Amino acid sequence: MKKQGSDSNPAPVLPALPEPLKDLKIKYTKIFINNEWHDSVSGKKFEVFNPANEEKICEVEEGDKADVDKAVKAARKAFELGSPWRTMDASERGRLLNKLADLVERDRLILATMEAIDGGKLFSTAYLMDLGACIKTLHYCAGWADKIHGRTVPMDGNFFTFTRHEPIGVCGQIIPWNFPLVMFIWKIAPALCCGNTVVVKPAEQTPLTALYMGSLIKEAGFPPGVVNIVPGFGPTAGAAISHHMDVDKVAFTGSTEVGKLIKEAAGKSNLKRVTLELGGKSPNIIFADADLDTAVEFAHVGLFYHQGQCCIAGSRIFVQEPIYDEFVRRSIERAKNYTLGNPLLPGVQQGPQIDKEQFQKILELIESGKKEGAKLECGGGPWGDKGYFIQPTVFSDVTDDMRIAKEEIFGPVQQIMKFKTIDEVIKRANNTTYGLAAAVFTKDIDKALTFAAALQAGTVWVNCYSAMSAQCPFGGFKMSGNGREMGEYGLHEYTEVKTVTIKIPQKNS
Amino acid sequence: MLRTAVRVSRLCRGPARLGSPFSAAAASSAIPAPNPRPDIACNKIFINNEWHDAVSKKTFPSINPATGEVICQVAEGDKADVDKAVKAAKAAFQLGSPWRRMDASHRGKLLNRLADLIERDRAYLAALETLDNGKPYSISYLVDLDMVVKCLRYFAGWSDKFHGKTIPLDGDFFCYTRHEPVGVCGQIIPWNFPLLMQAWKLGPALATGNVVVMKVAEQTPLSALYVANLIKEAGFPPGVVNIIPGYGPTAGAAISSHMDVDKVAFTGSTEVGHLIQKAAAESNLKRVTLELGGKSPNIIMSDADMDWAVDQAHFALFFNQGQCCCAGSRTYVQEDIYHEFVERSVEKAKSRVVGNPFDFKTEQGPQVDEEQFKKILGYISTGKREGAKLLCGGNPAADRGYFIQPTVFGDVQDNMTIAREEIFGPVMQILKFKTIEEVIERANDSKYGLAAAVFTKDLDKANYVSHGLRAGTVWINCYDVFGAQAPFGGYKASGNGRELGEYGLEAYVEVKNVTIKIPQKNS
Repeated sequence: MKKQGSDSNPAPVLPALPEPLKDLKIKYTKIFINNEWHDSVSGKKFEVFNPANEEKICEVEEGDKADVDKAVKAARKAFELGSPWRTMDASERGRLLNKLADLVERDRLILATMEAIDGGKLFSTAYLMDLGACIKTLHYCAGWADKIHGRTVPMDGNFFTFTRHEPIGVCGQIIPWNFPLVMFIWKIAPALCCGNTVVVKPAEQTPLTALYMGSLIKEAGFPPGVVNIVPGFGPTAGAAISHHMDVDKVAFTGSTEVGKLIKEAAGKSNLKRVTLELGGKSPNIIFADADLDTAVEFAHVGLFYHQGQCCIAGSRIFVQEPIYDEFVRRSIERAKNYTLGNPLLPGVQQGPQIDKEQFQKILELIESGKKEGAKLECGGGPWGDKGYFIQPTVFSDVTDDMRIAKEEIFGPVQQIMKFKTIDEVIKRANNTTYGLAAAVFTKDIDKALTFAAALQAGTVWVNCYSAMSAQCPFGGFKMSGNGREMGEYGLHEYTEVKTVTIKIPQKNS
Repeated sequence: MLRTAVRVSRLCRGPARLGSPFSAAAASSAIPAPNPRPDIACNKIFINNEWHDAVSKKTFPSINPATGEVICQVAEGDKADVDKAVKAAKAAFQLGSPWRRMDASHRGKLLNRLADLIERDRAYLAALETLDNGKPYSISYLVDLDMVVKCLRYFAGWSDKFHGKTIPLDGDFFCYTRHEPVGVCGQIIPWNFPLLMQAWKLGPALATGNVVVMKVAEQTPLSALYVANLIKEAGFPPGVVNIIPGYGPTAGAAISSHMDVDKVAFTGSTEVGHLIQKAAAESNLKRVTLELGGKSPNIIMSDADMDWAVDQAHFALFFNQGQCCCAGSRTYVQEDIYHEFVERSVEKAKSRVVGNPFDFKTEQGPQVDEEQFKKILGYISTGKREGAKLLCGGNPAADRGYFIQPTVFGDVQDNMTIAREEIFGPVMQILKFKTIEEVIERANDSKYGLAAAVFTKDLDKANYVSHGLRAGTVWINCYDVFGAQAPFGGYKASGNGRELGEYGLEAYVEVKNVTIKIPQKNS
């Protein structure tokens, strides 16, 4: 998520950064079903806060089981044989997704400002990175819509056999608060390009941009019921989706703990298909022969990007012995050099954590690090007198058995460990229940390719970190998840393969 | 001048009768009134995003086939101009150039932008196409332009999706493929669908990162040259697309025998296709793809829906004045329905409205030029001489312009010239058959193999016949159904390679295999 393309890329990579909107109005706070806005069946609402100042932004309708039922009904109806959505040309689905991308681009400033206020995300990051990724992902999936090929199959006997790649049906999609809009797009774009209908539950911390997208989806011309958005909490609305007997598939991005509940619910209900994109404790391995400047910078950004709230965060940095001290010194220097504050203001480099719960959990893990004997090199406490800010924190002399080396912190806390040999570091890097991402920094071609093969992770970066784009599949080994998102691979998770076999009078090759 | 009066209608009903995917568009789209005299802004050679006179300073006239009058003079490209264009293309393709360094997704963005610009100027381009080519404006607007835009958008989507592979090579190696652009692609396109053939050529070439030197047909250079302007406006770097109006034996030959052109793609006659392949062989063994002529069989079984079959067989032949490489020009009808089918086909041909292509009720405009006009009339007299039964038409349809009456021959035999050679005009041949085995054999007894169709309600027959026909495209209970998603190209002398679909990308990439020694393999 950090760098897009190469520095010398001739394509205009980033647009100029405007100022955030001063008078952002929140227009959409209700449940979006059938292209219409609904109050919750229970009449309940919940409050949405700005994590930078702990002030209430607005209240949002609180979806629960009854609302999920309504949404699933609408999605089921939109998916009926003969419906406008089912009879639509695949290329037309692509055209609608391209139109949606154009609308997101038109409203980029509104969405980026909203994302910054609701999610505590730096406005510049929201505008340039998150919105850029959203637009590109929509265009990317738009292009796939009419390129998802079935096959004809040379079956034995006098038969003509072909496959159809059909949409799965009603897809429940439960998304997290760290990249509210990007995750929303990552979920709906592949689902829609394959022809599914969706019921999305955005995170209760950050429902606002997803709800705004409801209005754009309607404006783009998607038929009613194709996309339904139910804001609410995990144990209520989220559980209703994952237990629902009429939801054909559930896709979840969030914690490993909740991922297990989702899979269990699918097993207990209708064996719905499940894809999960969960937590990580990703190793980032720095060899002595690496370019030190590059390695320090990527290791820093790989951890501190978006306040450390990334599932891919490089949160176990293994540095080879000869350069260890120098690497630690430079990493501290880089982390100290930070401006915290209101994420809307220019020059601010780190915003608040998402909420009080996360804030306290991170501080607790920092305490455990100190207690277990890691060396606190900088930071280590809260910052400011309101909002959920935490000082950029660096621990050195971290050992593999410490909690901060094993558990996902999801905050601005960097762990730096020491290693000696290749075999040792491979073993240590893989010694985790997670397997989302990993990186290696080296100039040596043999080492680079050895690690590309040996690391148990869904994504391996060589001499870079966080390099992601819509073309590349993303997902986890082990307990970091099931399935892949994005790229052509991501489409498989949203199609059922149907084999059709027709008796023919006589086969000819 | 003709049977039609000038009448401006907001809604076109004609194409709704085509019965193909176009009908949906026709039913819902309002067409803007045409400007029958569009300004001609672009009539020079387009190299490096700039307009050039011919090195020789020569020009040639582009003619309105509806009147025989000169529309304008156009710069006449020849070898020296091709050399300039190839140089520009090569420079644009150098390692480190903006085009080579560009993200694949950005190439897609540029192609989408080009589609947007064509959509913006759709009415103008449709009018220009009609003026220069003679096809009815309603068709230009609804069919040609629609397909152009969709084709460019389709290939825009492919630009960042044409994947190389990693390969489980034996031994301690890491092995992968890169799909690299071929390089400088010469593209020589015909006059029957000037804009659409341009899009078919540019879409896959640019999506995969090639650079292009395109020669447009001397009969119809105008719309493609206007698109050159849009290519520049869309933001393609200079030299990526270069367009040269000119003639085959001069500019076309210069491209196909050029030592610095890496690939040539040609759409046109089989006769010229032979020359192109030969030129490639004699020069640098450049890659060759050819989309050539056809004599496509259209087989009507007696159990078919008669109304639909008559309608589609008529459309299959007469669409675009019969100037389609895939025209269904051998209509095989099963014995027991033969007479009724012939009768109804004649009726349908007689009611076809020929006239001013800018008139909304016109279904058939002029043939593209005098040469084609004479050639077709020659075939008609050969057909009569060889004993086919002329059932309607057979003559010019106006006293000026290159109009020919919709013509139907019955009792056609397989050995007649009109049953073997490509006529490329509004002349329908109806042949009789008895059995499936017989008709498959007769249908395949042709040097061509571009398209074929079968009309039947019987599932077994549909499968058996469609698998037995030697043709790159087989339609069942439909005809001329095209979409950018479906590959198109010929068996036998109808061509080499495929255009459109994912298959269409293969002709525009070189596969590079990269193998790296590694210390130890692990699965």
